[in-house]
Amino acid sequence: MSALDAVRVAPSTNPVSQSVRDSMVVAKRNLIRMSRIPEMIIYGLIQPIMFVVLFTYVFGGSMQIGGSTSAEDYKNFLMAGIFAQTVTFATASSGAGIADDMHKGLIDRFRSLPMARGAVLTGRTFADLVQTALTLVVLAVVALLVGWRVGSDGDTDAGRVLGAFGLLLLLGYAFTWIGALIGMSVSTPEAATSSGLIWLFPVTFISNAFVDTSHMTPWLRHVADWNPFSATVQACRELFGNPGVSPSDAWPMQHPVWASLIYSLLIIVIFRTLSVRKYRSATA
Amino acid sequence: MPGAIYAEGLVKTFGDVRALDGVDLDVPEGTVLGLLGPNGAGKTTTVRCLTTLLRPDSGSAVVAGIDVLKHPDAVRRSIGLSGQFAAVDEYLTGRENLQMVGQLYQMRAKAAKARAAELLEQFDLTDAADRPTKTYSGGMRRRLDLAAALVVSPPVMFMDEPTTGLDPRNRQMLWDVIKRLVSGGTTLLLTTQYLEEADHLAHDIAVVNHGRVIAKGTSDQLKARTGGERVEVVVHEREDIPAASEVLRGFGKGETTVEDHMRQLTVPVTGGAKLLAEVIRELDTRGIEIDDIGLRRPTLDDVFLSLTGHVAEVKDEENGKEAVK
Repeated sequence: MSALDAVRVAPSTNPVSQSVRDSMVVAKRNLIRMSRIPEMIIYGLIQPIMFVVLFTYVFGGSMQIGGSTSAEDYKNFLMAGIFAQTVTFATASSGAGIADDMHKGLIDRFRSLPMARGAVLTGRTFADLVQTALTLVVLAVVALLVGWRVGSDGDTDAGRVLGAFGLLLLLGYAFTWIGALIGMSVSTPEAATSSGLIWLFPVTFISNAFVDTSHMTPWLRHVADWNPFSATVQACRELFGNPGVSPSDAWPMQHPVWASLIYSLLIIVIFRTLSVRKYRSATA
Repeated sequence: MPGAIYAEGLVKTFGDVRALDGVDLDVPEGTVLGLLGPNGAGKTTTVRCLTTLLRPDSGSAVVAGIDVLKHPDAVRRSIGLSGQFAAVDEYLTGRENLQMVGQLYQMRAKAAKARAAELLEQFDLTDAADRPTKTYSGGMRRRLDLAAALVVSPPVMFMDEPTTGLDPRNRQMLWDVIKRLVSGGTTLLLTTQYLEEADHLAHDIAVVNHGRVIAKGTSDQLKARTGGERVEVVVHEREDIPAASEVLRGFGKGETTVEDHMRQLTVPVTGGAKLLAEVIRELDTRGIEIDDIGLRRPTLDDVFLSLTGHVAEVKDEENGKEAVK
């Protein structure tokens, strides 16, 4: 019975380092998991690639961006929108993953362990962030293949391009916390997937992502200009040196980089707090 | 001094449903308490409250000498939980699952790795250790789940219906593990719907129904409470029933019940095997031919029936799964 001999549990260390360590253990678990379900990553890629191709070739010829009807301009305008939409769609998989863990009793297992309270969700969102980064790389390559070019309508440099991708990752990370809350709140993984997607359509379409907001009715344009999602898209266009930067007077449109940062950080703070609170009292 | 698991007046309501209506428990160190009851009786809710997964509305609980409501984190370091469902990650291998749990119990990576290897060996999972657990059979998963609960050899273990849905071979294997565990000094609270399981493993049994403990004691005490032994006779010829009934009346301590279609007569008795021999002699003297005769002791099923007014359910309605009895 040597295997049942008492194994001492290490005394609790510094709560911050414990939290980081536990989060990394959970993130590693989720990354191993993702690597064993490659079809999920592949399906996650097909949709944005389809959007790139469809919007470029179907809408490209009939869109007016800042007075230009050139398909070339629309293509360069579009990519920031597609990138931003893609990172927010990670919300759905994040929510479904957490709902699945709840459903299978894994959350019960975690909650009965002497681990940091926020680590299960933080680990999950870190792993989702890695997946989002991979998706963005593939998507950027596809965008380059169909003819997207940075600096097509203004100055840019490597630092600004990287900055744009940084803002996109931050937005994606913020949205996975919304997904975490959804995942903790619904009863089945299926419900998490569908409820995770439904609200993303208005958020990403009532924005500057695919069309020039100056063609919208004034009240809708107002919503689009203040939409957190639009701020990141606008910031990316500016940093990429792509056409179609909205001349709107709304504060987020005038200071898109700051607006994008503030919005994303706010979302993280609010939804992390709510999700972790929900986790503490979760019942499967 | 309270036992390793102690609860007083636990109450938990979900909306209108009073899932726990004042549960009291006291499990001495190194013993097994079988929590027995039908679905929805409050067994799982009790376990969830004691393992810090659920906060009771009122009442108090002490596990391994630690107040559950005041120091839930300290309690988590001293308990192992094995749930109704095998809570392991199906895409991780058995080894990866155990290492992860070890690390989350705050073991160093190296120690967690060594411990995982030990447990895999002990639970006969070494051959399957590096396969994703979704390829495991139900019994293997359950073993892995139990191994995960034992990573730090916690002094107090909770098992929520550990053998529900398992085939007899795997159930026997799990029972053996549980017995070894307890002989090593672990205190265990086990919920089950299987009366046989409680009879087999538990030192003490608490019967719960409608969120309350309605009876507790050893298996023998509960059986004695239900009434003593009885003699059951099956006669060969139907026409012998009245004669046999008369014989039994002479020995019985109560009314004789007759199942006409089965030619079976039952009467409560006291006196054990000696009395049984006398009954047989008397029936033989009168020339009554018998197919079967025996001294029956009440089963926990009888106990359950007399306490709750209905037999222990085997259908697992909550999960829509048919449990294999």
